[in-house]
This record gives sequence, C-alpha cells and structure tokens, in this order.
Amino acid sequence: MPWLSQVSFQAREGTTRQRTLAAYVRIVVGQTFGYAALILVAVISLLPLVWMVSTSLKAFGREFLFPPQWFPNPIVFGNYLTAFETSNLARYFGNTLMIAVLATLGTVLSSSLVAFGFARLDFFGKRVLFIILLSTLMLPGIVTLVPTFVLFRTLGWIDTPLPLIVPWWFGGGAFGGAFFVFLIRQFMLQLPRELDEAALVDGASYFRIYWRIMLPLSKPALAASAIFSFIHHWNDFLNPLIFLNSEEWRTLALYLRFFLYTEVGGGAGLTRWNLMMAASVVMLIPVLVIFFSAQRYFIRGVALTGIAGR
Amino acid sequence: MASRTAQLRRASPAKTGLRSIRWRRHLIGYLFISPWIAGFALFTAFPMIYSLFLSFTKYDLLGPPEFVGFSNFERMVSDHLFLTALGNTAFYTLLAVPIQLLLALIMALLLNQKLRGINVFRTALYLPTVTPTVAFVVLFVYMYNPEFGIFNAILGWFGIPKVGWLTDPDLAKPAFIIMSLWHVGGQMVIFLAGLQAVPETLVEAASIDGAGKFRRFWHVTVPMISPVIFFNLVLGIIGSFQVFASAYIATNGGPKHATLFYVLWMYRHAFENFRMGYAATLGWVLLGVILLFTLIQFAVSRRWVYYEGEGT
Repeated sequence: MPWLSQVSFQAREGTTRQRTLAAYVRIVVGQTFGYAALILVAVISLLPLVWMVSTSLKAFGREFLFPPQWFPNPIVFGNYLTAFETSNLARYFGNTLMIAVLATLGTVLSSSLVAFGFARLDFFGKRVLFIILLSTLMLPGIVTLVPTFVLFRTLGWIDTPLPLIVPWWFGGGAFGGAFFVFLIRQFMLQLPRELDEAALVDGASYFRIYWRIMLPLSKPALAASAIFSFIHHWNDFLNPLIFLNSEEWRTLALYLRFFLYTEVGGGAGLTRWNLMMAASVVMLIPVLVIFFSAQRYFIRGVALTGIAGR
Repeated sequence: MASRTAQLRRASPAKTGLRSIRWRRHLIGYLFISPWIAGFALFTAFPMIYSLFLSFTKYDLLGPPEFVGFSNFERMVSDHLFLTALGNTAFYTLLAVPIQLLLALIMALLLNQKLRGINVFRTALYLPTVTPTVAFVVLFVYMYNPEFGIFNAILGWFGIPKVGWLTDPDLAKPAFIIMSLWHVGGQMVIFLAGLQAVPETLVEAASIDGAGKFRRFWHVTVPMISPVIFFNLVLGIIGSFQVFASAYIATNGGPKHATLFYVLWMYRHAFENFRMGYAATLGWVLLGVILLFTLIQFAVSRRWVYYEGEGT
C-alpha cells in the first residue's frame, strides 16, 4: 500500500490542527475516491485502443461474434504477417515515414530560424508581423484548400509528396505552422539575454549565436516541435487525400481508408476487421514509441503554448 | 518605439556609422524571419487572395477561370444542402465543444490531485489523443457496428436493444460527438497547466475565509483559469467547424445527409465535381462564419475572462 504512507504524510503536513482519526478517514476516503475516479476514466480512455489490439489478434470470423469476444482466443499473431503480405503496407509505411521526417526537419530548422528572429532581433514592424503570424493560427486552414490545390497543380506537384513537404520548410508560413514558431519563440524568450550579448561582444555573428548558442539551449522546445510535427504529419489525412492519388505514394492513413471501402478488406459487407486492426496497430506503433520516449517534452510543449494563450 | 528614440538620441555623436549598423540589424532581423515572410506570402496570403478571386469565377480546372460575378453566392443561398451542411456543422460544434471542454476540465482536475503514480494516469488519459484520426475512425466504425459492435454489447448489459449508431439519422451526429471525446487530451493538458499555475496561497486564503470546496473552485479556480478556458473554447470551435475526416471515412455524409458537414460538402464540390470557383466561395463563407463566432466570443469574453494584472 504505497499510497498509505502518503496519506499519513499529508495528514502530518496538513493545516488541520488535530491529527484525529476523523482527519485520517477524510483523507483516505478522498484519496480512494480520487483513485477510483481516475481508474474509471483511464479504463474508458484506453478501451478503444485495447479493443484495437485485441481485434488485431483474433482469428478470422471471431471478430464478428456477438456478444464480442473480449480476449482473442486463439491469439493469432499471423494477422500482422498477413496484413503485410496481402498489401504494400511496408511501402505505405515508408512513404508516410519519409513525408513525416522531411516535413518535420523543415519545420524545426526553419521555424527555429524565424523564432530566433522574433525572440532576439529588432527590426521595423516586428510587432505587427508577429501579430499577423499569431492571427494565422486562428485562420481556418480550409480556406486555402482550393487555391493551394490549384497552385500545386500548376506547378505539376500533384501526386508527388512535394505539397506535403515543401511548405513546411518556410518557417511556419504554411497553414498551422505558426504554432511551431510561437512555441520555440516562447522558449527562447526565457533564455538569458546575457548569453547573446556576451557572444556579440566576442564578435560572433547572429547566425553563429543562433546556431551555436540558442539552438542547443532550446532543445526542449525543438524536441516538442519535432514530436508534434512528426505526429501531425504521420496522422494527417486530408492533405494526402487531396494531393496524392496513385498507389505509389499512398500513405498509411490513405491505405486504412482505402481498405475500409474496397474488396481488399473483404468489401463493405464483410470487412476483414482483424487485418484492418493489425494495419491500424502498425500505424499506431511509431506514434506510441515517440510518445513514450519523449513524453516529458510533449506535455511541456502543450502546456507552454496553452499558457501563452493567455 | 520609445526605445528607438532613446537610441537615436544616444547615437547622435557618431550618427552615420551607427545608423548603418542599425540598418544592418534590421536587415539581419528580416533575414532570419524571411522564410516565414516568403511562406506566408506563398502559402497563406496568396492562396487567400486567389481564393477570393476564384469565388467570383466558374473554374473546372480544364479551361481558365471564367468570371461570373456573384452567381456562386446566389447559387449557395438557393442550394438546399447549404443550410443542411451549415446546420449539421453548427449543431455538432455547439454540442461537441462544450462537452469536450467539460470532460477535459474534469480530467485535468482529476490529474491535478497530489497522488502517487499520477503520471501513469496522465499518460493513459492522453494516449488516445495521439492515435491517428483515420485509425481511430475506422476503429469506431467497427465498434459502432449494429450487429457485432462493442457499443451495442455494452448497451446490452443494460437491457437496451441494438441501435444503428451510424445508420440512424438521429444518432449519427451524437455518435460523432462521442467519438470526438477521445481526442480531448490537448485541451486537458492545457487545462492542467492552467490549474497548476493557480497560486496555492489564493486557494488557501479562500479556505481560511470559510469557503467550501465547491465555492473555492467556482470563485477562485474558475476565474483564475478563465483565460485558458477561453483559449480552448476559441480554438475548439474553430477546429470543430472544420470537422471532415471522421464523416468522410465513417459515413460519407449519410444517413440522409445527417453527417454532411460543411467541409465534406465543400470537398465534394472541389475534388469530386471540380467546381473550384463554387468551392472557393464556400470556403470564404465558412471563414466568415468562423470569424463571426470568434469575434462574438472575444466580445463576450470581457464579461467573464479574468486577466491577472488588469485590475478587474
């Protein structure tokens, strides 16, 4: 009972004057209620994901049972193999990975450059420009859907990954990208100014200050941006749907949707849910790996932008 | 600006040399932000202006855009699906966002307790939010299945007969709202950060004054986190008005147009029927609607959002 020790700790520290039995009871009841509520919410929260994994391990036919089979019996790991064998899943995985990595690289490099400019340099109209940058965060991206399609079509970029990558090398100029500039700038603002001033006195150029001093120090913000960006591009559906048509460039998100509506998945009448869920888990794994390995940056990143929303 | 005049005054002795240095500094500033300026011009400003131009044209991508005046707007007003799509979207947004925020706030309050192992719960509550939308929607299509879906199985525990979650026009929108509740982790973390920034001394002071738990929450915590509530509300509404992927994948607008959301409807015009001019019009109208909602919120926010240091 590790939590019991904490109970006594809190009771001792608490402002209550008398350490009576009643006070103990109140704290124990309060904590028990707190844990019970948390467990309930956590179970509901994780239920869909558990269901996804459970279904992905079911033998064909078992996924249609009613009432549903909560735990797969027998457990069929072969579904994953089948999912790869019956489709170009590996290729779609590679496509998605390439797009997400290149877009993320561009986002982090160019956004940090712009963020440095806004955080550390003075120039005419900086305030106005920054307000414009912030206001693009509130613009619904949907307005530019049609014109950007026309633009990329004119450039001959439709059905290539370029529309999904190139705009992200423009320092948050693409829709929603200002978020990353904002996040990194907020972080850079709180770094001591003495650092750049000392470097300036020593004759360092601004680019050197950016590259050698600010970037290394801003690692938490860069990591948060990289994670957000990667997950955003990995999960994105609308943009690949519009800009990619052929099987050659299909991403995982497009494939899952394709699977649901075609004969590959058994047709709309009898979808092979176990294979579908196996493919979904395959898509989920990289996100989970990143989420768990960099969780602290992630949560801090959200908090940083949210608080700044004041 | 004040600092600039101060600099000017200070710089008077060796004016010319320093001025060129100052010019260089401005130039360097612009150099650093130039990727954004170029990106903003190319991928935001230009598309918006071009879209405005397109909204007065008929453009099917085959021939050049053909100027048609206001006929796209006239067509929209008489389009019987316009009100359906806008109504569906408004219904979804106005119901989903408050429920999402309430749930996110409750989850944040639960996570704000000083309990051991709270990080495990934080992860558990946040995890569904990072799940790819498509994987999640597909999963819910399976879970909502009337014959063998898990939702009907759970209803069965309470003796409720099977329902057609995504096939019943009355249930389809609520089914989408329920589905959206698994993606509130972002709002939750922002609330949590807001709650953790509430000074403990303030809560304690209220406690000494004899305020109970509920009154402390309502009169101290809520005003203190009101800017965060406002932030989540504004961005939540902007996001919800653009709901697309779930409806496109799960129901494709059906049953009986019950989930024909605005962006899905616009998508069909643009990318299934190649009515680029009309779709551009629809995009600008949606922008107007969202802008209106945002401005109303900013106006109303003066009455309930409390900013520290403003003295109100």
